[in-house]
Amino acid sequence: MTKVRRPRLVAFTAAVVGLVFLAPYLVMVLDSFRTSTDVKTTPPSFLPRVWQFDTYLTVVTDGRFPHWLLTSLIVSLGATAVVIVVAIPAAFMTARHRFPGRGAFLLVVLITQMFAPTSLVVGLYRQFFELNMINTYGALIITNAAFNLAFAIWILHGFFSSIPLEVEEAAALDGVGRVGMLRRIMLPLTLPGLVTAVIFTFIAAWNEYVVALTLMIDDDKKPLTVGFRSYVTGYEQNWDQLFAASVIAVVPVVILFALIEKHLVGGLTAGSVK
Amino acid sequence: MTTTGDVQAPSARTTPGGPRQRRRSSGVGRVSAPVALLWLTPAILLIVGVVVFPAIMLFRASRSEYSITGLYKGAAGWDNYTKVLSYPDLPVVLKNTVVWVVAVVAITIVLSLALAQLLVKDFPGRRFVRWAVIVPWAASLVITSQLFVLLYDDNYGLVNHVLLKLHVISTPISFLGDDRFTMASMVVVGVFVSLPFTIFVFIAGLNAIPDDVMEAAEVDGASPWQRWRQITFPLLRPAMLIATVLNTIYVFNSFPIIYTLNDRNPGFGHDTLITFMYKLAFKSQEKDVGMSAATGIINVAIILVVVLVYLKLVNWREETSR
Repeated sequence: MTKVRRPRLVAFTAAVVGLVFLAPYLVMVLDSFRTSTDVKTTPPSFLPRVWQFDTYLTVVTDGRFPHWLLTSLIVSLGATAVVIVVAIPAAFMTARHRFPGRGAFLLVVLITQMFAPTSLVVGLYRQFFELNMINTYGALIITNAAFNLAFAIWILHGFFSSIPLEVEEAAALDGVGRVGMLRRIMLPLTLPGLVTAVIFTFIAAWNEYVVALTLMIDDDKKPLTVGFRSYVTGYEQNWDQLFAASVIAVVPVVILFALIEKHLVGGLTAGSVK
Repeated sequence: MTTTGDVQAPSARTTPGGPRQRRRSSGVGRVSAPVALLWLTPAILLIVGVVVFPAIMLFRASRSEYSITGLYKGAAGWDNYTKVLSYPDLPVVLKNTVVWVVAVVAITIVLSLALAQLLVKDFPGRRFVRWAVIVPWAASLVITSQLFVLLYDDNYGLVNHVLLKLHVISTPISFLGDDRFTMASMVVVGVFVSLPFTIFVFIAGLNAIPDDVMEAAEVDGASPWQRWRQITFPLLRPAMLIATVLNTIYVFNSFPIIYTLNDRNPGFGHDTLITFMYKLAFKSQEKDVGMSAATGIINVAIILVVVLVYLKLVNWREETSR
């Protein structure tokens, strides 16, 4: 936006900021190359005393990891898809129309976000047990979708509201119906909003832990966050494997972000309309 | 023309108050409740299907008596609430919750404002810095918490190692065991993982400010501080609203950081309501599901009041209903 007066200084400061954010995770990457006992030694060393490169291979070929990765991908992508499909009509309706109960609906949606998942797991387990849905992707997908719906509706609501009324009026004069209005006029104009909702839901579902821990009991059906628990237990402490798996788990999220970052920025609170 | 989000400050529009007036009088957009309901049905079904039943269960549990093994023993009226509210450790837990939420949210917002201003500037390598900033958010909270337990450790932690080498301290600090440092150490992690979300909300908000507004102010001779105070800050209000409300809810309900970093300390000395709730049911000598559920309900009530007061303070209704 504004012109940069001292580009070198800005670039240097930004690089330092970037390093600070990465620092703990650089330690994690280094730890993933250590032997497990080297992770906890006194005094600590910055670099591994012995470089152990085959940990990543051990993790990936372990037989469980691919299942966990698959569950994480299915659940995160599924939850993201459900959130988008469900949030769009709700946000469009509340943003572009007035009807009794509109404000109340938005507030109730926000209230659902206030329940700590930790406090709901007992009820969730009962519910999905009765429905015979323990250990199913479906249960985890709709739970994640429901927990992130509020955010998506609020963000999309903001984007839909920002579109000038003139656009809508012109389309209405041309005889475009409500569904056509949403599909052909509104959605293309709110692409940054959609992208925002996508990345937020994906990250939240990717890192969800408590509900998955409760609902996914089969070892093969666990997502990564829950599967990680088996690397460091009371019986065995494979810190090297835990950290290698964690490094791998960050990669899909950063790739997703890198792919859609340019749409995300400029769009969290506002949709620019020419 | 550039328009801005639903909660945008009115001054952001080219004709202040104009769109709002027209919208009110226009026939477009007025629908009957049944038609609206049709469009809201998927969202309502999802919420009712997933959240409502467990929430009711939570409320029912909060009014029931359970044995120490979790068996239902009968109705308890409001006993669990009285027991929680008169629990000797509750004042400490509430104090911790306030310190935790206020410190994490306030520090996060202030730091994010500064960092977002930096990251919207055009400089070589900006993309890479933005990717780096996303990492604490992309990484699992459980793992990040575990990582910080190792970093903070007084025997093999790198934080102590570096501080000792730099002669900042002469003996290792037990960051997670020493009462003077525990909460501060947890707040650092809380801020660290909350920053990416808030920074990106603010970057988007800053990008939404039209360049011409800034240039006009610059031509008029406004100082950088005046420009920030009178243009940037008011125009960031919608971003601020979203960032503050969602952050407050997340931080209130944040579980892994406190649970993991505070793991070795007995009692409730550094617990917030959420970890207190969990420990009441599973970890303390109480093992009381009813009291735990009552705490869960009390927690939601507190968040609701805090968010409503905040929305009232920032005039949410006036800004959204156009």
